Amino acid sequence: MHSDVWQSLWLTFQLATFTTLVLLIIGLPLAHWLNTCRWKGMVFIETLVTLPIVLPPTVIGFYMLVVFAPQNPLGSLWKQFTGHTLAFSFEGLVVGSVIYSLPFAVQPFQAALKSISHSLIEAARISGANWWQIFWHITLPLARHGIGVGIILSFAHTVGEFGVVLMLGGGIPGVTKVASIFLYDEVQKLNYSEAHFTALILLVISFILIFCMRLLQRQDTAE
Amino acid sequence: MPKFLVLFLLFAASGLQAGQTVSIAAASDLVYCLEELNAAFAKLNPDIEVKASTGSSGNFFAQIKHGAPFDLFLSADVSYPQELIMAGLAEEKSLSPYAVGHLVIWTTKDDLDLSKGLDALTSATISKVAIANPEHAPYGRAAKAALEHAKLWERIKGKLVFGDNIAQTAQFVETGNADAGLVALSLVLSPKLAQKGSWVEVPQDAFPRLEQAAVLTKKGAKNPAAALYLSFLKSREAREVFDRYGFRLPE
Repeated sequence: MHSDVWQSLWLTFQLATFTTLVLLIIGLPLAHWLNTCRWKGMVFIETLVTLPIVLPPTVIGFYMLVVFAPQNPLGSLWKQFTGHTLAFSFEGLVVGSVIYSLPFAVQPFQAALKSISHSLIEAARISGANWWQIFWHITLPLARHGIGVGIILSFAHTVGEFGVVLMLGGGIPGVTKVASIFLYDEVQKLNYSEAHFTALILLVISFILIFCMRLLQRQDTAE
Repeated sequence: MPKFLVLFLLFAASGLQAGQTVSIAAASDLVYCLEELNAAFAKLNPDIEVKASTGSSGNFFAQIKHGAPFDLFLSADVSYPQELIMAGLAEEKSLSPYAVGHLVIWTTKDDLDLSKGLDALTSATISKVAIANPEHAPYGRAAKAALEHAKLWERIKGKLVFGDNIAQTAQFVETGNADAGLVALSLVLSPKLAQKGSWVEVPQDAFPRLEQAAVLTKKGAKNPAAALYLSFLKSREAREVFDRYGFRLPE
């Protein structure tokens, strides 16, 4: 019993994990760049990065569906590299989720990086530390709470994703039918026991995630 | 209370009383057809406002079961309306078949030959086939039945993607994200999609007949405008529109 539920939850977990990893890898340099670059047009980039907070997910879903359609340049390029369309694929959902959750990673990262004192980094540099040593021994330990908050928020926000997946996913079990979509379908089928079960698990997961984030934030202010 | 709020409430209240409205929940295969039906209805009844929503029949069924304020339900099958009647949520007397739906194989790819019918879907050049979700969309059920009838379901299962309703299924095909799809004839005959791609009909004996029925909800039974709309569906004006969208008249 409930094997479909677990399949969809496992898929949600995978999607959130991949998305968070990608966001960690591109989010930290992006946050650093946004913090340090003096170019006047930066506000434009910052607006773009923040946009997904307010953008209806259907906007993202619609553009991805159109731009990555196989007869369009980006879509055919994607198909050449991956062998299939971006729509209806797990990778497609990762791309959509990265865009959808980008500000939830980058903003806490930016705040965390900003809070590290310049003189500390300057002192390390004068003492001969290279950028990797500075990052590993100074930036990361000092910014760990903020980075943790960004990781948790990206993960939680991706778990909560619905609209982009509804437009791009095609509801394939085990590939694109994540827990939020599974729940939606079960409600339409009037399978309330499955729906209740899935909803409760999503509620508990979200609660735990946000609870951990709050704990992190408290520690951060306490220090 | 601030003055503007009083004014706003007065406006809102007057809006409720002015003219009659009928709110319709319609299956997605009607999405284009309904616009023309409503235009024809508005010509005959200019003082009745029609509010129409389209989606999968299963979705509307679930919503009406939970008190969604629709007057009239145009389902893509007859079983959802019947279940509403059994649940005491719709008027038995009002149940009326209004159309028979047809299923087509549709593609927007120029190099795809559909002359072999459903067997064409096994071609290696097709990697994704869109159908509506068989769990809550009647056209999805019909598509699944037709594929099973042709002994193709297991063979092309891995290629299937599922639209939330038949309109989204058509959109997957229209955008080229799916190579082909099983959609409603009414959609590929609509002015919006008629010039795009090619289609062949799936033989009617390959799946249980898509008898589409309308029913007045308990709420709609008290609304004379809703009854008027239901009888309009049998009028010559409505039949003309239905015919253009390939809905054969039920005997």
